[in-house]
Amino acid sequence: MTALLEVNHVSKQFGSDTKALSDVNFSVNEGEFVSIIGPSGAGKSTLLRCINRMIDATSGEIIFDNMNVMNLKKKDLKKVRTKIGMIFQHYNLVNRLSVIENTLHGNLGKKSTLAGVLGLYSQEEKEQAVNILHVLGLDEHIYKRADQLSGGQKQRVGIARALIQDPRMLLCDEPIASLDPNSAKIIMDHLRNISTKLGITVLVNLHQVDVALKYSDKIIGVNHGQVVYNGSPKDITKEDIQLIYGSEAEDLIFDVGGIHAS
Amino acid sequence: MQADYFEKKKRSTRLFLAILGVVTVISIIITEYNVVKGFSSLPKAVEWGLANFYPTQESLTKLPAILDKLIETLLVSIAATTTGAVMALLFAILGSNTTRVNAFFGSISRGIATIFRNIDVAAWAMILLFSFGQSSLTGYFALFFGSFGFLTRAFVETIDEVSGSSVEALQATGAGYFSIIFQSVIPSSLPQMISWILFMIETNIRSATLIGLLTGSGIGFTFNLYYKSLNYDVASLVVVVIIVAILFIESVSNYVRRAVL
Ligand SMILES: Nc1ncnc2c1ncn2[C@@H]1O[C@H](COP(=O)(O)OP(=O)(O)OP(=O)(O)O)[C@@H](O)[C@H]1O
Ligand SMILES: [Mg+2]
Repeated sequence: MTALLEVNHVSKQFGSDTKALSDVNFSVNEGEFVSIIGPSGAGKSTLLRCINRMIDATSGEIIFDNMNVMNLKKKDLKKVRTKIGMIFQHYNLVNRLSVIENTLHGNLGKKSTLAGVLGLYSQEEKEQAVNILHVLGLDEHIYKRADQLSGGQKQRVGIARALIQDPRMLLCDEPIASLDPNSAKIIMDHLRNISTKLGITVLVNLHQVDVALKYSDKIIGVNHGQVVYNGSPKDITKEDIQLIYGSEAEDLIFDVGGIHAS
Repeated sequence: MQADYFEKKKRSTRLFLAILGVVTVISIIITEYNVVKGFSSLPKAVEWGLANFYPTQESLTKLPAILDKLIETLLVSIAATTTGAVMALLFAILGSNTTRVNAFFGSISRGIATIFRNIDVAAWAMILLFSFGQSSLTGYFALFFGSFGFLTRAFVETIDEVSGSSVEALQATGAGYFSIIFQSVIPSSLPQMISWILFMIETNIRSATLIGLLTGSGIGFTFNLYYKSLNYDVASLVVVVIIVAILFIESVSNYVRRAVL
């Protein structure tokens, strides 16, 4: 297996005194399902956004598909972004447009300016969108406006928009943080399937440690902008969890043994 | 501590009311405005109005001419608003934090809009009287500048409010600037923008009547003409026509608003 993504010595400074990331190192293999966990403000969102340069890291090196993302010019950056899908906590759909239009937005990166402005999509693109929506169980909602959907359905549209990009990797920033347990499970199962069946690499920021341990091939624990755990969910210990969340977390969370059993 | 907080709040309210009272008294003294006389003359004014200020049978013969002027005023107001809105959209896209090209152009376009917004339409009319004289063009430009300034501000807020998150999502897919504007920003903000434009048309029709007095054009001028020549019956007909027109426009725009939102 080769590394699809390598993050080397990445730091990010906001203003003069907020160090959101300091010397972050890890790598992710093709097709791997990786969860990033850590307390609020640890730098998880910042880390994810540095990868597709929605935020520019201050220093370090990010290698995606053998390209150094940090050095890319605008045009090449757009090209890399078409290969990386992004999923958001608040779905970030265009609420007034239909489900299929929102899905097709995933293709805008590959279009000429004119076709993008006019929203010209080919028959194949539309069929592909319908297929993806079918797989995600949204057949009945294809022509509904996005703001008429439930949270779980909106998130599936978000996934559809990312999948139509035909991406190598998905970046998911707390995709289930606004969802009830049932919808959350549906979303996590879809993401897991995307990784297993389509071989797409998935990077997820999560707040639910149990979910992270259950679904992931690899866990990256972040605290205060530093990676404090990087390994398999099977090997994680109570001490590791304490290291990630700080010692007060001890009582808040479950015992790790119970989770591994489930 | 809590008692203190409420005591302080009460004290500043009382202080404010006291200052307001003093300012009112001072201005009454300076302008020699007699409050009692002012209010006691109100019934007499109403009486005079009822006796003289109503349309008569023969004033109706002037109706076609009045309607002509009314339509001119309406059209000028609408044209000024829509052309102002197009300019405003451009400046709002450049000025919004979500869609600006860079910080420099962002502050420049917001700055220009602020200047235009802070000069009142009546002030614009007076400024423009120098260059265009008394014509409906003066009225048009005054309304155009005012609408442009106001709508730019309203549009910037609309864009920031409704499209921030979807713009982020489309940027992450690698979509280009213009695709993002046309596929996300405009569809998200259009209904609210239309609502603002309708509001602006209503406001402009009201202002246009007053500006007509200054620029000697439109329905405002018509009113002035008959009023000054003591044709109170026709002048009152003009007022009735204006009121009906405003109510009509308002109900139309409320209907459109409900349909698009
Ligand atoms: N645009 C910004 N400007 C300044 N500081 C920022 C900015 N974005 C994030 N930060 C700071 O960087 C740190 C990391 O923030 P980040 O959003 O990455 O945390 P997070 O792990 O995603 O937290 P959460 O779990 O609450 O989403 C925080 O201290 C935050 O205040
Ligand atoms: Mg976050």
